[in-house]
Amino acid sequence: MAMAISRPAAAASVTPELLKQALAAGVVTFLLTSLIVGIETVSSTGQLTYNTRYKEVFVASVAVFFGSIAVNLMREGRPRLALFGGAAVTVVLLALLTLQYAYAGLEAWLPFQAPIINWGSVIVPACICIRAAQIAAAGRARAEGREPASARLGKVTQPLLPWLGAALIVLAFALPWLPLGDRTQAKKIIDICTIVLTYVMLGWGLNIVVGLAGLLDLGYVAFYAVGAYTYAMLSTYFDLSFWVCLPLAGLLAATFGVVLGFPVLRLRGDYLAIVTLGFGEMIRIILTNWKEVTGGPAGINKIPRASFFGLPIERDAPEGVVTFHQFFGLEYNPNHRVIFLYYLILLCALVVNFVTMRIRRLPLGRAWEALREDETACRALGINPTNTKLTAFAMGAMFAGFAGSFFAARNGFIDPQSFVFLESAVILAIVVLGGLGSQIGIVLATAVLIGMPELFRELKDYRMLAFGIGMVLIMIWRPGGLMAHREPTIRLHGKGAPPPAVIKIKEEKTAVAAK
Amino acid sequence: MVTFIQQLINGLTLGAVYGLIAIGYTMVYGIIGMINFAHGDIYMIGAFQSLIVILVLGTFGITWVPLALLFVLLIAVSLTALYGWAVERVAYRPLRGSTRLAPLISAIGMSIFLSNSVLLLQGPRGKPLPLDTEGQFAAPFQLMTADGISAQITDKQIMIMAVTVLVMIGFTLLIKRTSLGRQQRACEQDMKMASLLGVNINRTISLTFVMGAALACVAGLMVTLYYENIKFNIGFVAGIKAFSAAVVGGVGSLPGAMLGGLLIGLIEVFFSAYFSVDYKDVAAFGVLVAVLIFRPTGLLGRPEVEKV
Repeated sequence: MAMAISRPAAAASVTPELLKQALAAGVVTFLLTSLIVGIETVSSTGQLTYNTRYKEVFVASVAVFFGSIAVNLMREGRPRLALFGGAAVTVVLLALLTLQYAYAGLEAWLPFQAPIINWGSVIVPACICIRAAQIAAAGRARAEGREPASARLGKVTQPLLPWLGAALIVLAFALPWLPLGDRTQAKKIIDICTIVLTYVMLGWGLNIVVGLAGLLDLGYVAFYAVGAYTYAMLSTYFDLSFWVCLPLAGLLAATFGVVLGFPVLRLRGDYLAIVTLGFGEMIRIILTNWKEVTGGPAGINKIPRASFFGLPIERDAPEGVVTFHQFFGLEYNPNHRVIFLYYLILLCALVVNFVTMRIRRLPLGRAWEALREDETACRALGINPTNTKLTAFAMGAMFAGFAGSFFAARNGFIDPQSFVFLESAVILAIVVLGGLGSQIGIVLATAVLIGMPELFRELKDYRMLAFGIGMVLIMIWRPGGLMAHREPTIRLHGKGAPPPAVIKIKEEKTAVAAK
Repeated sequence: MVTFIQQLINGLTLGAVYGLIAIGYTMVYGIIGMINFAHGDIYMIGAFQSLIVILVLGTFGITWVPLALLFVLLIAVSLTALYGWAVERVAYRPLRGSTRLAPLISAIGMSIFLSNSVLLLQGPRGKPLPLDTEGQFAAPFQLMTADGISAQITDKQIMIMAVTVLVMIGFTLLIKRTSLGRQQRACEQDMKMASLLGVNINRTISLTFVMGAALACVAGLMVTLYYENIKFNIGFVAGIKAFSAAVVGGVGSLPGAMLGGLLIGLIEVFFSAYFSVDYKDVAAFGVLVAVLIFRPTGLLGRPEVEKV
């Protein structure tokens, strides 16, 4: 407090200590980048040669030097210098980027070669600038005895969360009817939303395992693969319809979950993680190599699409089969199928959500959460940990199986490449970033982690790079996840408590027992 | 018999490399109880830095293998060790004391970041070793010949095993005898108590990461020399196998990591020789699951005593 009030006196002085730290950071950056960034290996005609890229190395080192000063100043509550510095660098970079085509020779002043990295490098000073402005505002507010703006915002939004959920559901149902631009644009947006919803469903499924039961599962994608391959194989080899395969896929995935879970669920925490990771890899290797059944690396092609209660959503149908648009007397529109798939996954996801929310109120759900908090206490209270964990594992696996068969029906083509470890990591990241156990947090996290990269598909290779940085930064910024606040499922006082009569009877009983 | 001995040698070589990487996992896990997911990618970066140092030395005319290796050990290993330090400082230290999953997610993010930045910076193709090793390494030694085939050991394999043994001896001494090793073991047992007794926790943890990364770089150098080709994505598979090795051997135990590495390497090689190359990874993970079911704390791990 005193620091904040005496701020003007100590404003904008860069101490030697601070300079020393910044210099160290700059030197470390130089050393780190000197080989990997500074020297580019080029293989030409079997011979390996190299080019140097030391301009980038120097730019990065200098940027880290100044960035370190700015961050340290902000940490000490003196954001003014960081604010002006960040703003100046942002403006200069933006000016260079926008004017580079108008005036020749300007591009030599740009820090890097790749245009995307140049644009990306604008983000860093801009973020420093915004953060410094926030700190400055918070400092002033605190000096005037007000709460910082972010805390006030949090307080206001907290009671709105249930409404936010309802609004999101309404918006999700209304989405295909909103004006989304022309047909191709609408298709693109609904497609992205379908992908996002698939991951929301997977996230909600994994949330049961990781968020509620507290079991770290790094091979969740294996069950997704089981579901997808179940539908793909049953429908192509035995001509079963999507609606028959969907429950079968869920059942089979759940069976896999039980078979895997039974021997390993006695293990704790990270051992379980590594075993599930190994299991996920095993499934992928088997899918890749068992060519007679799974099609090997080429995967399975021409998987039949899902039908609308037996009505195929196609332009033409074989003799004697009525298609969807004929039945309803509509004009054929290729977007019908996209919209149908969108509603299908939306309903699936909502079913998962509903089931999860109800189960949390059953003894089983309470046992999951209790097990997450303290296994020893649960055992003392007579809860069978292995069986309880097994149900969570099977339930999560079943939902992944559903999502998998939807994925196969939507794509019409699957191969083992869709079920690599990265997918498991992404789903786990969604659950953790959402704030373990928070259903709506998972939706937000999916929108950030899946929606954003899907929108910026043009960035190609840089997408995964940004994804990795994003994961690290969000974790550092909010280690508990985006929606870290966890409502207790039951409380003794206040809203949501059992009626007073119950408590009174209990109190009387304890009083009698005490006598 | 000849095939058996040949596969034994190949398996021990591969296992030695896994063991070197596994030490990094086991030490970090032992001290802060976290799977350092980015460790496999540190190993990959170590391999790339070694390759780049060899390449640059080549243009200065230094192609004599022992001298080149000395330079690589000096430059690439210390720079990779710096990577270990930087990753811990940037991605894990801010998360110390938060939930158990937060550092793991951060580590996965770091692993994605490292492998993709190498992909972007050095390209997606495999890089051949820019060193003429054929002329400099002697012909393989024949150990045994029967039925027209012979079991042989190359001096690269001897070098890998020798380096591994030396590094293991050095490390065991470091952990057992020096004050740094004592501090590390103290942090492993009870971090809060150690800090009360004046052990600098942050420094000890940083040094653990530095040592793990240095060993990963040695492993990367060995692999670069052995296979003579590296790629940006070699870190992932090697990483999970090495972690499996650490778990099989008993997390937190140095000899356990080496034993686990050798076991995983041998199983992989023997399975591919006698059964199927395609399913060698399935065999390795199968052994992991089997060991964990029957000995949940690994082969050499101490049983966990649970205090309430």
